[in-house]
Amino acid sequence: MRAALFLIGPVLLFLGLSYLLPFLGIVELSFTDPQPGLAQYQKVLTDPLTLSVIARTLRLCILVTLVSVTAAYVITLLWVRGSPLVRSLTELCIMIPFWLSILSRAFGWLAMLSNRGLLNSWMKHLGLIDSSLQMTRNEFAVVVGMAHYLIPFAIFPLATAMRNVDERVLTAADGMGASRGRIFWQVFLPMTRSGILGATLLVFVFSIGFYVTPALLGGGQSVLIAELIYLWIFQIPQWGMAAAMSVVLMLAVGGILYVLMRRYGEMAK
Amino acid sequence: MNRLRPGLVATLLASLVALFLLMPLIAVVPVSFTARRYLSLPDGHWSWRHYEALFSDPDWGHSLLTSLQVDLLASLLAVILATAFCIGIWMLRPRLAGLMTGVVLLPMVAPPVVSSLTLYFFLTRLSQWNSIIAYDKLGGVVVAHMVMIVPYAVVVLMVALSQVDRRMDLAAQSMGASVPRRIFGVILPNLRFGLLGAFFLCFLLSWDEIGVTLFVTSVETITLPRRMWMGLRDNVDPAIAALSVILILIVTVIVVLRALILLRRARKAG
Repeated sequence: MRAALFLIGPVLLFLGLSYLLPFLGIVELSFTDPQPGLAQYQKVLTDPLTLSVIARTLRLCILVTLVSVTAAYVITLLWVRGSPLVRSLTELCIMIPFWLSILSRAFGWLAMLSNRGLLNSWMKHLGLIDSSLQMTRNEFAVVVGMAHYLIPFAIFPLATAMRNVDERVLTAADGMGASRGRIFWQVFLPMTRSGILGATLLVFVFSIGFYVTPALLGGGQSVLIAELIYLWIFQIPQWGMAAAMSVVLMLAVGGILYVLMRRYGEMAK
Repeated sequence: MNRLRPGLVATLLASLVALFLLMPLIAVVPVSFTARRYLSLPDGHWSWRHYEALFSDPDWGHSLLTSLQVDLLASLLAVILATAFCIGIWMLRPRLAGLMTGVVLLPMVAPPVVSSLTLYFFLTRLSQWNSIIAYDKLGGVVVAHMVMIVPYAVVVLMVALSQVDRRMDLAAQSMGASVPRRIFGVILPNLRFGLLGAFFLCFLLSWDEIGVTLFVTSVETITLPRRMWMGLRDNVDPAIAALSVILILIVTVIVVLRALILLRRARKAG
């Protein structure tokens, strides 16, 4: 078993020392800083400020998830079932933004939406508005930016599900005279259910611990959980609160992933 | 069959989504040519000043160098660790293989902000003991990046290994090859594309890494994304638009090239 030690050991040792052990340190802090006990957790779950941040995070993340999965479904349809040319073009539209840095994408939205940005200039040119619309530093910008980042992550599970749809079932429905709409709503959509569920949970899990895009596009006006943790570390040091919030976040995400794996396990059977 | 292709409504809606996905990429182009020092559109006067600033300001060059050092080192080490782990699991099939894989994949599924906090805690503690693998030091950033990218390398290599024919390894084993011989003579040569893919993905992830980097650096070790962040946060600097245009061009060329290669391969095969 010397081979096991040299092959499997190093990465476990590395992550154990640099990730698992420090995380236990965070858990310890959440129970001890500044006072021993459950005070930090009680504050995280009862303080009006943190509750409002948690509520805003949940509200925005649910909205972002709905927008992302719906948009992703429509474009995946074209990517998987379009003609070969359409498929290649759609793939470019998906992949180029996907591989682009998250910061460039957030900046792109600032360039698009800010007061002197593209959209405001166009609308002024066309005479639709007189003065600039405020479209950044608010929840609208956060939702747009997050959805833009997360749509590709919804596309991949949806594409897998759509590729697995048995062509013969669709042909059979078509042969028996079902209309196109009926084939989509009653045959195709239900057969991609597992992909929809996977995409929804994946996007939700990703969105809930999101820091960079909300911080840049929200401009400090709509603070989400992740930004609150950042503030508790670097602006108004409250390590215990940051730690307790992290543990709560980790448990929530762990719970969602557990449900996801259980559901997929059942579907695989 | 044509009847079952997406119809007009679906195509129209999907085009809107495609436009949405491309919109911010289009918007940065005019902004990068503004003559002003703040985020604005060029009003009749187009200027290259922000592109020039990227190349003349030593800070950007310095950050590029820092990024390349961190990303190459972190990707290389992460791929080595991941390769050893995956081969170990594949060859030896230990009990608890599922649990061990789960532990290794943890940084990928944990919320990024929790990982950031954890690594910040880890590196500030280490700073009391040494000044190499520490907060705001190159070694510290490398370790933080490694933690975040190792899971992705493991996923890519696990998939690649599942394509390797186990019988080859068994043949080598039955002919008396030692474990190192089996690894270096049989498995690794068959895994070269997986290794390349894992390294490429790790480098890309590390190149873009900002969530954790933001927590573990401050003024000394400034990677390229970290410098972009500073330019975005303080006063929106149009140099970032210029840099973004360059990045968009690079990504577009690579993605289009890849699509063309795949298309040619498909034509040949079909």
